[in-house]
Amino acid sequence: MTATDIHRTIDAVWRIESARLIAGLARMVRDVGLAEELAQDALVTALERWPESGVPDNPGAWLMTTAKHRAIDLLRRKKLIERKHESLAYESESDAVDSKSELETMLDDDIGDDLLRLIFTACHPVLSAEARAALTLRLLGGLTTDEIARAFLVPEPTISQRIVRAKRTLAEKQIPFEVPRGEERDERLASVLEVIYLIFNEGYAATSGDDWIRPELCNEAMRVGRVLAGLAPQEPEVFGLLALMEIQASRLRARTTAAGEPILLPDQDRSLWDPLLIRRGLTALERAEKLGGARTPYALQAAIAACHARARTADATDWNRIAALYAELTQVLPSPVVELNRAVAVSMASGPAAGLALIDALSDEPLLRNYHLLPSVRGDLLSRLQRHAEARDEFERAASMARNVRERHFLQRRAAACADAMRSPD
Amino acid sequence: MRFMMLMFPADQCNAAPDALPSAEAVEQMMRFNKSLQEAGVLLALDGLHPPSAGARVSIVDGKVRVVDGPFAEAKEVVGGYWIIDVGSRDEAIAWASRCPIGAGNTIEVRQVFEMTEFPPELRKAAEGFDDPRRPAAS
Repeated sequence: MTATDIHRTIDAVWRIESARLIAGLARMVRDVGLAEELAQDALVTALERWPESGVPDNPGAWLMTTAKHRAIDLLRRKKLIERKHESLAYESESDAVDSKSELETMLDDDIGDDLLRLIFTACHPVLSAEARAALTLRLLGGLTTDEIARAFLVPEPTISQRIVRAKRTLAEKQIPFEVPRGEERDERLASVLEVIYLIFNEGYAATSGDDWIRPELCNEAMRVGRVLAGLAPQEPEVFGLLALMEIQASRLRARTTAAGEPILLPDQDRSLWDPLLIRRGLTALERAEKLGGARTPYALQAAIAACHARARTADATDWNRIAALYAELTQVLPSPVVELNRAVAVSMASGPAAGLALIDALSDEPLLRNYHLLPSVRGDLLSRLQRHAEARDEFERAASMARNVRERHFLQRRAAACADAMRSPD
Repeated sequence: MRFMMLMFPADQCNAAPDALPSAEAVEQMMRFNKSLQEAGVLLALDGLHPPSAGARVSIVDGKVRVVDGPFAEAKEVVGGYWIIDVGSRDEAIAWASRCPIGAGNTIEVRQVFEMTEFPPELRKAAEGFDDPRRPAAS
């Protein structure tokens, strides 16, 4: 292996091992930030040594042992050794570098619990949503700050700062490294799911920048979602979210032209939809429903996505069912954005005029004042009603509000098409 | 990126039709499978009956020829597969490296084609195929 090969191998090993490594270390040192630094130190040591010694047979165990030794040194230096002595002595004795038994220990259920603790800690509501997202990608996804910065299109120092501050906040507020119980668990789980879906959505319909979709963020979110589903197999909302992400992601390849312009659902080439992800999404949805979660927000949204996935052609879409599901969704998740989507479904089921009536009821909604999809949907309905001049105005307004370049171009083209239709009415 | 890891077990070529892996081998493999699942990368997997219970179908001189297993001339036969979703080829290799395969066994790592990798004329040729993994039309 060349040095480059070794580095690529180390990157790959890091991707696989880092979350478990950090989780295991956090249990020892009870500080997520410190655990992450220890894991990073072990990575640096690997980068120094492996090009000479070769990649060990069990790289994960090697990293864990190295990091544990560092942890012990550090705790000793910090004179915490008295308090930690017994547990650390035990951990230290059980170390066996490069042995299969170490890997087996790492693969046992304890690490699963540690990972779950890590997810709950990274997504603690004491942190801002942005900080939770960055920390989750860093600790659970094993992404570098540079990769996270590129994914969110912000400068690297911003992400770096955000993560440093988040770790400091967790330490200062003495957030325990644990899985919450009882009522708190539900609240905290909601926070975890929110972060995962935020990451997914930032990839699925990027709010800003040149690319409308960034699949790597979607993949990261799904990965964390699958990890969570494995760790919390009785939580219906986890499977609802996983179903929603997998079904939506099945359309990723069909949602843009080769040049990166958005393609709307009815115009997508459905043969490009990923059948494996659809199948997995539907299975997850079934699971959510079996666990009693059919009427939860994520499962309802997944059920809507499933209606599209089941339709062989756009014309075959069961819009009545979709409109009914949106009506249910407005009950459990009252939000003007959901209402806007319901209006679209109603317009497809019962005609554009019915949809427009619902949209117009939203025109004074303060939460939608800067939301480009409101004029965009309104423009679409107006153009279907042949009211081209009004439609053009709406698309222009939407274009001026859209922050994503691709979306803005798309809306400008639609405005131009309306202008054409005004000149040559058919 | 989606990869298939194909397992080529050395002892599979001449295994009896009803041969089963040992409990220990299954336990080790399940631990590996579980680690794939817990890492959120596992999409699908299957293990296959030995080739001695299978058959090979080929066209020889324009005629269909069926040969029942075991296949004397075969050096390598597939014993099972995993489909994983990972960030890079290196990561797929790193996962394969962690698989508890015994001496002499091999895992081949291959990227799965995606429809979007095909040029339009190839996609056109594939049109009309109803992928069985797609849900039945409602």
